[in-house]
Amino acid sequence: MQLTRFPQSVDGVSERLSGFMAHLRSNGLALGITEQAHALEALTCIDVTRHEDVRLACKAVCAGRAESYHKFDELFTAYWFNSGREKMSVVQGGASTANRSVFQPGVDSSKSTGADGDADEADDNRSDDGESAHSGEGKLVASTIKNIEKIDLRELMTPESLQQAEHVAHKLAVSMRDRRSRRRRMAKRGSILDLRRVIRSSISHGGEPLELFRRHKPDRPVKIVALLDVSGSMSVYARVFLSFLKGLVSHDQKTDAYLFHTSLVRVSDALRDNDTLRAVNRLSLMAQGFGGGTKIGANLQRFNQQYAMQSVNGRSVVIILSDGYDTDPPEVISHALQRLKKRRCKIIWLNPLKGWKDYAPVANGMAAALPFLDLFAAANTLDSLRVLEPHLHKL
Amino acid sequence: MAMSWKSLQTDLSDAGYIASNELAMALHLSLQLQRPLLLEGAAGVGKTEVAKMLAQLKSTRLIRLQCYEGLDANTAIYEWNYQRQLLSVRAAADSELSLQEVEEQIFSERFLLRRPLLEAISQQTPPVLLIDEIDRADEEFEAYLLEILSDFQISIPELGTIEAVSRPLVILTSNGSRDLSDALRRRCLYSFVDYPDANTELAILKKRLPAIDSELAAQIVGFVQALRKEDLEKNPGVAEMLDWSAAVAGLGVTQLSDDPVELQATLVCLLKTRADIANIPTEVTQRLAGKV
Repeated sequence: MQLTRFPQSVDGVSERLSGFMAHLRSNGLALGITEQAHALEALTCIDVTRHEDVRLACKAVCAGRAESYHKFDELFTAYWFNSGREKMSVVQGGASTANRSVFQPGVDSSKSTGADGDADEADDNRSDDGESAHSGEGKLVASTIKNIEKIDLRELMTPESLQQAEHVAHKLAVSMRDRRSRRRRMAKRGSILDLRRVIRSSISHGGEPLELFRRHKPDRPVKIVALLDVSGSMSVYARVFLSFLKGLVSHDQKTDAYLFHTSLVRVSDALRDNDTLRAVNRLSLMAQGFGGGTKIGANLQRFNQQYAMQSVNGRSVVIILSDGYDTDPPEVISHALQRLKKRRCKIIWLNPLKGWKDYAPVANGMAAALPFLDLFAAANTLDSLRVLEPHLHKL
Repeated sequence: MAMSWKSLQTDLSDAGYIASNELAMALHLSLQLQRPLLLEGAAGVGKTEVAKMLAQLKSTRLIRLQCYEGLDANTAIYEWNYQRQLLSVRAAADSELSLQEVEEQIFSERFLLRRPLLEAISQQTPPVLLIDEIDRADEEFEAYLLEILSDFQISIPELGTIEAVSRPLVILTSNGSRDLSDALRRRCLYSFVDYPDANTELAILKKRLPAIDSELAAQIVGFVQALRKEDLEKNPGVAEMLDWSAAVAGLGVTQLSDDPVELQATLVCLLKTRADIANIPTEVTQRLAGKV
């Protein structure tokens, strides 16, 4: 029989259990004092000398959601039988800032632009955004005023500009969320009568319904789900887009955000960190730790399987931020998007390359994705993001 | 200790429900600690069935609240019978009753329509309360539930607080079409119900269709298990498996691979979307059927 970790410890059940709770907490389970009390109470209903029973009981009490439910057994064994699973560290160390000149698979070959001085030809093809008065943006404009909104996002790394990106995202999110509910609430004006209140107030008039109260349909915001590509080819944009993502996420508790490269990570909680710069740095580290290729299709599929059920419905807008360079065959993307589309959501693809001169969505992945998109727009300058607002409102 | 979780598992199995260890323990604790149990899992794995079986096992009433978008307190908890109240107010106008008496009269229990949740807490013998597909209800409704689930009482402004006569055994199910709030999760015990493994599924099939030939049963379970590994939009659940078994057995099939055309035709019991049917053509069916 396996021995538990503290054979000679005499601390008693509750103390050992609190150690276990701390272990679970440090592995990301949200547990408080109440759960601990419940767990202790649960132990009184079972045979505590059988570790299998204890495991099952603790599992029923402590694992509040599917993710923790599935990793619970491992955590249980690790703690009580010392099989050595350490607390997982989130921050990946040793990310180099020299990564700036990271290779860009598609970009380098198709545009043959250097790491510097490419903003000039990058930005001036925005005929669709109706702001032609500002044509010729970026560095080519001989101006001493540095117009931050029109500089390719690759150059934006200062805290202020990151904050601006966040602000733009927040405005976009607000314009997208405005929707109405099917439920009815009491209100001064509305289409139908609130009988409950009418009757109640009619009592004081001897049954004559003098005052009429009504009900209306309140706002029901749209849920936003954002997926950001942080692969090698996107890494120059990563920090700004991360700020953008943070702007989307941090102003309400419902927006969901994910990063993907070769695998998919949910980062909504990390993004709700109050300190913008710290959150972005942390996430940049996470993102850089992986680098390399992109599997857009495979990741979308994973998203479909794991998360789409709970985060995407008919009232969702899915925003994909990616350049569309995929190492998977294009059918994977179209298949995944088709499936996602069946959840009746709106899909927006923001592609930084689209703002580039003469860009055509020729990358196989991008071409395959096009038929499923509700909006395909440029995202290479803050301004190009800003002009999205009216489009999103209509969506 | 009234009953161990093992014996609960056996009882359930005798009643015709094969529960995993995790589920049996969660049910046991939920009975012992009188706390609600939240069951999550894909559609068709038998979450709702748990509640039905439990009610049968405890020989008590099953009160079911099917959640849907827009479900509000009036349909789930209680509602005043407005038409009756209005009539009563009219009638009272001719009589000599004072205002206060009228008010007391029309806001009495006689005019109260009990909806499932109020019904559940006012039973003499504790019933099983099934709150089905809670993820379909709005978040506002989840908040209503919190009071009921933690204190088992309902506040009606006109009547005061109604305490539970007996504590119902509450089972909530969710398909994960929306993430539930942490507040709700914290009030519940939790168990994730997965698709059963081959042995469990075989046991379920034999429990439900005792007449089925055991070789065919093994083939059916093998086929369905293999089918779930294919890339489908809607994986066939246990209920679908049982439907299909009944269909196959009813057609007098003894070997799945006997008649490809007939087998393909019966797949309508398992595959419920057009894309899935297109994804599993006869060749795939034969490959899957051949393996088992």
